[in-house]
Amino acid sequence: MASHLPTGSSASQQQSGAAEMTSDTHHSGPTGLMRWLLTTNHKEIGTLYLLFSLAMFFIGGLFAMVVRAELFQPGLQLVQPEFFNQMTTMHGLIMVFGAVMPAFVGLANWMVPLQIGAPDMALPRLNNFSFWLLPVAFTMLLATLVMPGGAPNFGWTFYAPLSTTYAPPSTTFFIFSLHLAGISSILGAINIIATILNLRAPGMRMMDMPLFVWTWLITAFLLIAVMPVLAGVITMMLLDIHFGTSFFNAAGGGDPVLFQHLFWFFGHPEVYIMILPAFGIVSVIIPTFARKRLFGYASMVYATASIAILSFLVWAHHMFVVGLPLTAELFFMYSTMLISVPTGVKVFNWITTLFRGSLTFEPPMLFALAFVVLFTIGGFSGLMLAISPADFQYHDTYFVVAHFHYVLVPGAVFAIMAAVYYWLPKWTGHYPHLRLSQWHFWLSVVGVNLTFFPMHFAGLAGMPRRIPDYSLQFADFNMITSIGGFLFGLSQLLFVLVVVLCVRGGRKAPAQAWEGAEDLEWTVPSPAPLHTFETPPDFTPYRH
Amino acid sequence: MSGGSYYVPASSKWPILACLALGGMMLGTGMLLVYGASGMPIMMAGLVGVLLVMALWFRDVVLESRKGLYDEQMDRSFRWGMGWFIFSEVMFFAAFFGALFYIRIFALPWLDGEGAKGVAALLWPDFTASWPLLEPPGTDVQGPSSTLSPWHLPLVNTLILVGSSITLTVAHEGLKEGQRRVVKNWLGLTVLLGLCFIAIQGIEYREAYLHYGITLDAGIYGATFFLLTGFHGAHVIIGTLILAVMLVRVLRGHFAPDDQFGFEAAAWYWHFVDVVWIGLFLFVYVF
Repeated sequence: MASHLPTGSSASQQQSGAAEMTSDTHHSGPTGLMRWLLTTNHKEIGTLYLLFSLAMFFIGGLFAMVVRAELFQPGLQLVQPEFFNQMTTMHGLIMVFGAVMPAFVGLANWMVPLQIGAPDMALPRLNNFSFWLLPVAFTMLLATLVMPGGAPNFGWTFYAPLSTTYAPPSTTFFIFSLHLAGISSILGAINIIATILNLRAPGMRMMDMPLFVWTWLITAFLLIAVMPVLAGVITMMLLDIHFGTSFFNAAGGGDPVLFQHLFWFFGHPEVYIMILPAFGIVSVIIPTFARKRLFGYASMVYATASIAILSFLVWAHHMFVVGLPLTAELFFMYSTMLISVPTGVKVFNWITTLFRGSLTFEPPMLFALAFVVLFTIGGFSGLMLAISPADFQYHDTYFVVAHFHYVLVPGAVFAIMAAVYYWLPKWTGHYPHLRLSQWHFWLSVVGVNLTFFPMHFAGLAGMPRRIPDYSLQFADFNMITSIGGFLFGLSQLLFVLVVVLCVRGGRKAPAQAWEGAEDLEWTVPSPAPLHTFETPPDFTPYRH
Repeated sequence: MSGGSYYVPASSKWPILACLALGGMMLGTGMLLVYGASGMPIMMAGLVGVLLVMALWFRDVVLESRKGLYDEQMDRSFRWGMGWFIFSEVMFFAAFFGALFYIRIFALPWLDGEGAKGVAALLWPDFTASWPLLEPPGTDVQGPSSTLSPWHLPLVNTLILVGSSITLTVAHEGLKEGQRRVVKNWLGLTVLLGLCFIAIQGIEYREAYLHYGITLDAGIYGATFFLLTGFHGAHVIIGTLILAVMLVRVLRGHFAPDDQFGFEAAAWYWHFVDVVWIGLFLFVYVF
């Protein structure tokens, strides 16, 4: 092979590449920082994604703490309204684009190749590129906090003209950081699709894939379909701000409502991007600890696909009060309600999987069960919001805040934590500390419900979101919410402690770390060696 | 790479450098737009970096391909990757077409008092909707003085681009049959047609700006016109560059009838750009 090498500067690099290909278990590439900067290994990149996401979870969480501290009592206490707006905006942006999405991509990086018996992602260098775009993007986004005029202050939905005509100068950098994060998502999604479609172990058909793989395949499709629309709409913002176009300016013949249509055409599939992989995780964990096959595997797949297709047809339910034609109000109300059918199928299947199972309640199972219960609460409040006439009352109140935090925190975030507890033995070779994990779980459950449940009442009574002050009658609800928020925030430090302890030591985990687990990742040693499945594994399909 | 084992590419310094260059380019562009000329050098450095890294990264991939490191499985990964990338581009343009249709079907008639939300006419009672919109509602926005005829330069460009898709297909068939002279001639012709398209588009832009008053700030017609044709034009430039690279590779003896995905991917991209133009010609120029 070396005899064909071209002369010149790339020769040495080619050679080291050839050496790496033939090495099996030990790492022959660069070491130290360079190892992480240059890595093309799916496990290392997965770890980077997860650590990045954890860091963003705490930064976004810190912003939420500022919001809750300000809202602890009525009146202006700690921060100026301008800064409060920056905090709510940055909290949303960081959590959505920096914490939840990268966490799921990190889990996909680690686990999709292991679950389908592939040696790595299909396009490993692209994978490295996708990850390292994120620190660049979010450094730029966080830097807006210290720019003249402050950070973006128009809410995470950045509606025009707040984000164009009336926006701070830093909005331009916000747009570019979102472009970078979007490129990262699209390329990451392309990689995941190529991996799943092309690198499955011989004999593994599509309908043999673990549900986590299935949900990620569909999520990746959603990402590729809607992230470019986001790129398009922020490009139009940029043109409106700097080049005198009038896309979102009615005086020139444009329309600010056009912004909302484009944004939510991206935004609604985006919320499913943040929940479908969570469905996959829960669908993998519940059968393991119920020691039963997943009930209704095929219907789970079809339900996921149905949710994905419907997600393109419901976007204007975020805009019921903006002044839509009656036909649109009705169409988007009914199409939104339709989503509860496949979602109901999923909840039914999880509960039926539990029925007469041999249940045990290890930490991953605790989080998965809490997910089923609490996500369903968020689903029901979503059904209430889908009713267009009722939404005229709920719109832009804390009821909406309660709804989407129920699906995102005890929904998406709990699923991520369930996944971390489930796969930590595979990643580190140790079980997480049981007592501490249980403390983390129970404090999180109590904290989450204390934080978000009272918001329903405050919202129904008319408390508007995104305002740093409120009427006196909301004082008790807000104090409870703030206390719950601080409790939830602090208990996440326990999570870090558990992870750190688990990396450093703990009870040794065998390859088959959970007795009821059945997927391919449990056939490789714990901790998983750097390179796995360099030759395709034997896969015997189970007829679902 | 036989024996049933997978091919796992070596680590590379290009991705991380690409991140830094791209980040620098965007930071510089932002600084240029917000703070003025101080951002220019950073933007240019970033741009040069991006182009350089792309060239070197692709060079590595070409070299690895020439060494025969890529097996059929890798080839399929590339195919899926390119296919889904083009799908993402389709959605990017879909957003812009969606905006165009929304403005024309809903927003403007409403501003004129027609339709379900005709109450919007209260804003500018004297406004009359039309497309192309020569007189925007606001008095502070100066509309275009007249519109471009689709049957002059745009028609020529349509023929050029559709023709280039045909010449490219002839070249591709030649490649699959191993007739290298056919490939060279017809691919060269395709690149030439691409260059012609870009030049004519440039002439049209000049006319639009100087003689027709169609500018970025001439209300929603100018905005959608330049948004759609501008991003399409950028894609034609990129496509022409890709095809030019393919031409160089063909001249150097790369590709074989059964080993030509780089060429095929370039062809996919070019056909996609062509299809977008058909949509543009119909909905931006003709109707």
